[in-house]
This record gives sequence, C-alpha cells and structure tokens, in this order.
Amino acid sequence: MNNYTHNINAIFTIAFRDITKLLRDKGRIFGGLIFPIIFIGVLGTSLQSNLESSLQYNFLTFVFIGVIAQTLFQSTAGGIISLVEDRQNDFAQEIFISPISRYSIILGKILGETMVSFVQVIGVLIFGFIFGIPLSIIGLAKLLPFAILIALFGGSFGLIVMSKMNSQRSANQIFPFLLFPQFFLAGVFNPIKVLPLPLEIATKIAPMTYAVDLMRSIYYTGSPEYTHTVLFNPYLNFVVCAALTAIFIGLGTYWFVKSERER
Amino acid sequence: MKNIIEVKNLIKKYKKSEKNSVDNISFNVKEGEFFALLGPNGAGKTTTISILTSTLSKTSGNVEIAGFDVEKESSAVRKNIGVIFQNPSLDLNLTAEENIRFHANLYGLYLYKPTFSLMPEVYQKKVKELAKVVGLEEKDLSKPVKSFSGGMKRKLEIIRSLMHNPKVLFLDEPTTGLDPVSRKALWNYLQKIREEEGITIFLTTHYLDEAEGADTVCIIDNGKIVQYGSPQEIKDKLIDEYMVVDADNREDLKSELHALNLKIEGVGPFKIDIKHSREAQDIINSIKTKLNLIKIYSPSLEEAYINIIDKDKE
Repeated sequence: MNNYTHNINAIFTIAFRDITKLLRDKGRIFGGLIFPIIFIGVLGTSLQSNLESSLQYNFLTFVFIGVIAQTLFQSTAGGIISLVEDRQNDFAQEIFISPISRYSIILGKILGETMVSFVQVIGVLIFGFIFGIPLSIIGLAKLLPFAILIALFGGSFGLIVMSKMNSQRSANQIFPFLLFPQFFLAGVFNPIKVLPLPLEIATKIAPMTYAVDLMRSIYYTGSPEYTHTVLFNPYLNFVVCAALTAIFIGLGTYWFVKSERER
Repeated sequence: MKNIIEVKNLIKKYKKSEKNSVDNISFNVKEGEFFALLGPNGAGKTTTISILTSTLSKTSGNVEIAGFDVEKESSAVRKNIGVIFQNPSLDLNLTAEENIRFHANLYGLYLYKPTFSLMPEVYQKKVKELAKVVGLEEKDLSKPVKSFSGGMKRKLEIIRSLMHNPKVLFLDEPTTGLDPVSRKALWNYLQKIREEEGITIFLTTHYLDEAEGADTVCIIDNGKIVQYGSPQEIKDKLIDEYMVVDADNREDLKSELHALNLKIEGVGPFKIDIKHSREAQDIINSIKTKLNLIKIYSPSLEEAYINIIDKDKE
C-alpha cells in the first residue's frame, strides 16, 4: 500500500468503527428517533394548528426541513466530541500512535460521524412520511449533496470546539451551551424573518443558521413559499458553509494535534 | 550488534511544571535486547516512553528509533514500534478481533473489510497464531472486549501490537492491575515472543523482580539516571554483604579480627564487610575465640533498589 491508499484505508477504517458502534448502541438509535418525535410531532403540529391561518406556508414542512439540517449538524458535531471520550478512555492513544496523518484521523472521524448522522436522519424522514410532508425521491436526491456538506459543517464545528477542550467534563458542560441556543437562533422551529437587532446579529453569527437556511433554500427553490421561508441567497449559504467547514477543519485539526503532543 | 534505540541528552519539561520531568538522560538499546527502565512512581518513566514512542514532544535532545528521528520521521518510527500503554487502549464496544482488525487496517497492512471472514487468509492465520502464543482462545476473539478480564485485555493488546511486525515492543508498566498468575504468564509469553520474533523489548516498571530477567536495567529517579548495567552488575555495585559476629570474650575476638586485617565496626557485636558469603567461611575458620553469634547479611536487589531511591531523595 502506498502512502496515499494507506491513509484512505485508514480514514475508512476509522469511519466504519463509528458505524459499527452506532449499530450496536440501541439506546442511541432510539434516542435519535425521540428528537424528531418531539420536534416535528409535537412542536411542529401544535404550531401548525395554531398559526396556520396567519401563515402563507405550511409550518410543519418548514420545521421538517429545518430539523433535517439540524439533525445532520448536531449529530456530527456531537459525534466529534466523542474524540474527547476516546482520549479519556485511552483509546485515542491507539489511534494516535499509528503511522497515519493526523488529518486522516480527523477526516475519518468526521466521515464516520457524517454517516452516523445520515442514519439518524432516516428517523426524521420516516416521521416526515407519516405526517405527509411533500417530499419526492427526486427532491431528496436534490438535497443529498447539501446534506453531506451540512453534516461535514457540523463535524468541523464540533472539531473546533473540541480542540480547545481537554476533558470529557468540560466538553459535556460547554458543548450543549454552544449548540442548543443555535436551534432557536437558526430558526429550526421558529420563523426568524423579522427580528430585533441584537437577535438578528446573534442569528447571523450562529453557524447553524446557514446550514438550516441552505437546506430550506434548496427545498423551496422555485416554489411560491420561497420568499417567506428563506433568509439568504442559496449561493451565499453554500459559500459560508463550505468556507467555514474548511477553516474549522484546518484550524481545529492543528489545535487538536498540538494540544495532544505538547503537554 | 547495532543500536536500535539511541537517546542523547533528552530533556522534557512540561508546560505547567517548574522542573524537568526528564533531566538530560542518555542511553542506547541494542537490537534484540531486553531493556528495563526502572524507577519509582513519578520518576519520569512514562514521560520517557511517551517521547520514545512519538506521542509526546521533547523539550530538547536527540532520540532515534531504528535509525529514524522520533520527531522528524515520526511516521517511520511508528511503523517500527509496537506499544502497550499503561492503561489498556482497547475499544470496549468492539470485539477482540475487531480491535485487532482496526489496528491492522490503520497500519495499512490490509484493506478494510467489515467482517473477519472477508479478511485475507494471511491475516486470519496470523491472528490465530498470535492468539495461540499468548494463550487467548480462538472463541474469545469474537467476544466483546467489555467481557474481558485484565489479563485477557493485555493478551489482546500484545497480539495487536505484534500484527505489524514491529522491531521494538514498548511496554509501559504492563503488569499494573494484573494478578500474580497473569503477571507470570505475561512474562512467559513475552520471553517466548522475544525468542521467536527476535524483537527488542523496552519495558518500564516499578517492580524490581520484573527487571531481573532483563539484559540491561536502567534505574531513573527524579528524571535522572541513577544506575545503569546488567542486573548482576547493578547487584555487585549496590549490594554490600556483611557479617556480624559476637563472643562472650569480646576482647579476644577483637584482637583476632584485627590480626586478620579486617575492618570492623562497633564495639560488639562486630560488623565485618565481606565480598562473598564464601569469604565469611574463611574468616570463621580462622577465629579461635568461641562465638555466640554469627549472622551473614545479604540484602536482596529489592532492598538495594530501595536504598538507592532513598539515597537519591536525601
């Protein structure tokens, strides 16, 4: 095996470890289904029933598309945090002692968690079909490449947060604090077309905003609801997501490897 | 034989620490040697082994493993070493064989395959062979590591570390948490592996008896080398044997001992330094005064070791 194929092989090895672990962890799969039940089933339907008359678009669909983006982003980000768990369990030593590039380790981990997030999204899609969200196979195929980008984006966000944390405890304490407010700032379940200035600034800082809006801008393109549901131009969303992903991965890997060796 | 490990003026100072954890140490290890780095907790053993295995950056100095610089050519170093860490570094959610496969794939030995049976036959054969050497049963390979005892985990880690045919096997206090039976077994199969694979073994331990089977023992304390040599050399250097004798008639005994040109301590009983127990017999044969006490004192290596560490603390 040459150096190139060796690293590709290692990336897949690391990625498939995450999938194997997910498939053995029944609790996590079940937990992945609970979120969509609450968000789409409870929150989405109740708001839909109460707000329908004053809205120009179907609120349930709006939440559904938002939840797909949010699940991809959150699941990958949270999964990357498990590298801290590996470090705590001493398993990271086994990975870090191996003769592969540190970037391959991070890429393998992000790829693995991206696949895991896709398994979680299947749960969301099942609920979407149960609630009759209009979504065709072609529609899904159109969303797929952007879904991959959003998952990578989430992973890179998790990485940059994690690279600056040195224990499982601080990760568990700080991470939800950085993630959960973004659900609301990004407007996963709440329209954010009109906001007071401080909130609008916060919204524009939250990375998840661009992930959620990218998903909606693709879904609603060419439909009459577009102007009511989408904030930014899809190109802008795409560029922000892709650029931040690249920056977060580069910087996050650098910091992570540095803190790993220079103690 | 040529050196496989060369350490020159190695210094490591942790960011948050005021003094050097490893303080200017130098040593070489020859190919095929069994090298033991011995020292009390906090002496700098784990720091040293972490630098040698490329997981920790050094402050200054030079370290070469198998001819490769540990920092500039870390990838080549990693290919040539196997490491058993102080705490088992296994994924508890995977089976034993999955842990081995993960390792083999990371080292680029085989392409990733999702099951054992899809892996190439060479791989399957090697896993089974190594399992046999360390005494892990074939049926245990498909069990989750969660269900493994401490001894079984160590065996699995050894199989894993040998998959890529390393030139040097590093073991950082491998017997920590093992019961005496598993400890003994570990030594047996390590010796076996060493004979069969001709591998260099670098071991850290704070148990002296574990170092007695080594070719070279290096004792460090407070980050410095305090003793270096074969276990026998260290014993010779460190162990002072002496004899204690006494008699009802101490005056007679004293003049007799003086006549034999022996250096004595005390006013009775008398302490006499000797080189070997055999010397003691000669002395006793030459004494006419009736003795009421003969004691030969020969400290163990363990006591000698505690002595150096204590001296170092003063």
